Amino acid sequence: MTVAISRREFLKVSAALGGGLVLEFSFPVASAAAGAASATEVNAWIVIHPDDRVVVRIARSEMGQGTYTALAQLVAEELDCDWTKVSAEFASPNEHIKRNRIWGSMSTGGSQGVRSSQDYVRKAGASAREMLIMAAAARWKVPASACTVENGVISHEPTKRKLRYGQVATEAAKLAPPREVKLRDPKDWKIAGKSLRRLDIPDKVLGKPVFGVDVTLPGMLHASIAQCPVFGGKVKRIDASVAEKMRGVKKVVREENFVAVVADSWWRANEALKKMPIDWDVGGNGNASNETITAMLREGLGDPKLPQARKLGDTDAAFAAATKVIEAEYQSPYLNHATMEPQTCTAWLKPEGFLEVWTSTQNAEASMAAAAEAAGLPLEKVEVHKMMLGGGFGRRGGPQDFVAQGVAIAKAMPGVPLKMMWSREEDMQHGFYRPASIVHMKAGLDAKGNVIAMQTRIACPSILKVLLPQALNQGGIDFTAVRSFSDMPYTVPNQQVDYAMRNGHVPVGFWRAPGQQNAFYRECFIDELAVAAGKDPIEYRLAMLKADDKNRLVLEAAAKAASWGTSLPPGVHRGVAIADGFGSFTAMVAEVSVSAKGDLKVRRIVVAIDSGHVVNPDTCRAQAEGNVVFGLGSILYQENNVKDGRIVESNFHNFRLPRIDEMPKVETVLVPTGGFWGGHGEPAILPLAPAVCNAIFAATGKRIRALPLTHHDLRRA
Amino acid sequence: MQELTVNGRIVAIDVEPEMPLLWVLRDHLNLTGTKYACGISVCGTCTVLVNGEAVRSCMLPVASVLGKKVVTIEGLSKDGLHRIQKAWIEHQVPQCGFCQTGMIMSAAALLAKNPNPSDADIDATITNLCRCGTYARVRKAIHALAEAPATSATAQRG
Repeated sequence: MTVAISRREFLKVSAALGGGLVLEFSFPVASAAAGAASATEVNAWIVIHPDDRVVVRIARSEMGQGTYTALAQLVAEELDCDWTKVSAEFASPNEHIKRNRIWGSMSTGGSQGVRSSQDYVRKAGASAREMLIMAAAARWKVPASACTVENGVISHEPTKRKLRYGQVATEAAKLAPPREVKLRDPKDWKIAGKSLRRLDIPDKVLGKPVFGVDVTLPGMLHASIAQCPVFGGKVKRIDASVAEKMRGVKKVVREENFVAVVADSWWRANEALKKMPIDWDVGGNGNASNETITAMLREGLGDPKLPQARKLGDTDAAFAAATKVIEAEYQSPYLNHATMEPQTCTAWLKPEGFLEVWTSTQNAEASMAAAAEAAGLPLEKVEVHKMMLGGGFGRRGGPQDFVAQGVAIAKAMPGVPLKMMWSREEDMQHGFYRPASIVHMKAGLDAKGNVIAMQTRIACPSILKVLLPQALNQGGIDFTAVRSFSDMPYTVPNQQVDYAMRNGHVPVGFWRAPGQQNAFYRECFIDELAVAAGKDPIEYRLAMLKADDKNRLVLEAAAKAASWGTSLPPGVHRGVAIADGFGSFTAMVAEVSVSAKGDLKVRRIVVAIDSGHVVNPDTCRAQAEGNVVFGLGSILYQENNVKDGRIVESNFHNFRLPRIDEMPKVETVLVPTGGFWGGHGEPAILPLAPAVCNAIFAATGKRIRALPLTHHDLRRA
Repeated sequence: MQELTVNGRIVAIDVEPEMPLLWVLRDHLNLTGTKYACGISVCGTCTVLVNGEAVRSCMLPVASVLGKKVVTIEGLSKDGLHRIQKAWIEHQVPQCGFCQTGMIMSAAALLAKNPNPSDADIDATITNLCRCGTYARVRKAIHALAEAPATSATAQRG
């Protein structure tokens, strides 16, 4: 079909100050392909222009992880087109609904972007390629099987005729897609599997308006909001008299659980908001604190009737027979995602009863649902324009609180485009936090130091309970709370994992690699056992991994790349950890030093990852680097404390992020073994905390059982 | 009305003198390449050049920059792509990219003063926060920019 120009609104914003030129910016969400009358949609994923430019539609979100480019590579690989002519655009969520969810999942989390859409996007590319060949063959009146294709050019060798994709796209689009297509063997890839440059970077280095907060619309107003500092609280009383008179202020919007000021600039809105007295009904949680939350988790650990996430063999008998029993308790605090771009939503309730939303979302369908519900409109009357995310890390997926709020404010001012953005303080104190948890581990060793029994009790709030209750298993077990234990690869014959779901009032959410704190607990505890057994931590682990376990390969690869066992400069010490998750297998060696004053320097991280296949090696390395920095902050100093029912930390001065001088050297060893598709967005954070903390033990003899390190004195005793 | 010089142009604005430069740029002049992330001058996403110095614009009253030359990411290059932006593409620096415009402006100020910065110089001046973890590539790109003239000089000598 030929796409009509009017199908989607083409939004233009001009700025008169771009280096003396008048610049016209087109939003990437606005379909450049669909905007040109002559472009042809060959199938839902692929639009081809007469000049052979190919636009690949991307259903997943781009938050820095590189999926936008990797998926385009997979489509282009099968399409067999000229990569230099490929661009990408986000698929329209409104069209998605109208076309019966034709683009599959639009959710972007769990390192799923590539691995769980690779099959259908590759088939879309292959299917379009076959249709283009069929169209050329029909024009030449030759069998399609007599034609070949390469780089977007179809050839009929016997007659030396050639046609470009752009010349046959319109005819191809009219053909029925083939019933079956054969996908290329990854070993034959020419576009996928290569470190091609990312499609999103040029606009990003130019500062083009690609993010949710950059949206600018004619007559647009700005909103800043305040929510009850105590989670679950409501607005009791406001005094808007001063705020309403402040310069630029257009309206004060009061909802059940937040107050918004709308003004002609965000700063004016926020200044007025800060001057508005608001009384909150804090509900029943005004006395919650670190202490009450710890008490809640401890009560869970002591519960005699906990559901079991794993039960192997007879742990009681094995503990009775053990030569040595070792126990340890570990814990972690709540953590905010702290995306650099605060939560934001721009909404425009149009007079004709159509709602347009622009937002940085990890889940456009969830955004559609939240927007439709808040506006009281059917999904068909809603469009969500997907913007680039200024970081996601799990914050912008399940919870669509920011979309519901943005639409609620726009509803109070129908016909006016309204951009809502949270202040950093609001963002820090109204997150969906990485759960705080306490875990008690107990292991029984035989005379040779082998682990014959392990019992783990986990007290942790459930992410799924609120955000995805259908994903809880029958026993009420949240897999994100028990991971790394319920699926522990070590061949310990007797295992028991008990889960105490204890949900406080602090909202919890999917923080990069949900459940990653369990890898910290498990892999540090294994290190404790190796020390008790007097064994090398890598040998100790290898002895507990089956011969065909993919964890072995990455562990051996990391050990080799890090020259495990060789001498290090004075004062430098190593630690190791493994973890599998998000479809991939990961092992890491950390090198650290600790000064006489107790200051830690993480010097070098060697990480080996087996993700089966690798679509863009450079992006995968970038994700490993990103996971290291993201995890490092949580090791060094990040925590969200609770006092008087609210989060204590408010901004980056008391929730620090690592700076460039804290960045260790990261060496990523990609060891794809083929045959499966693993993710890269999260796996490398899993072994980071245990590898670093095991290295700290090697350096200082101090065992870190609770993070962050600000609570520990690392000076040698 | 006040007059502000941005990206080589004089523009008339009518705002409170205490309004931070960031918001004048973003909401009144539609220059959204400069970002807000903390509002307390900690993170550096709002970095712009004022008379060639990298400054954090989120707490900087606009009144304090009247008569000075403000350059934003939109005005960094006169011809499309500044060499720093080219290096950022070459080394595939950005991930989400949100902090990168501020990062680039900090790098521009550093390299203008110190064409061949050491690691310590970079540590001391590129104090912008990045949540995605682009630091190693930022460092590599800055070093590559420093090395470029030296390499061509060597070639000429050869």
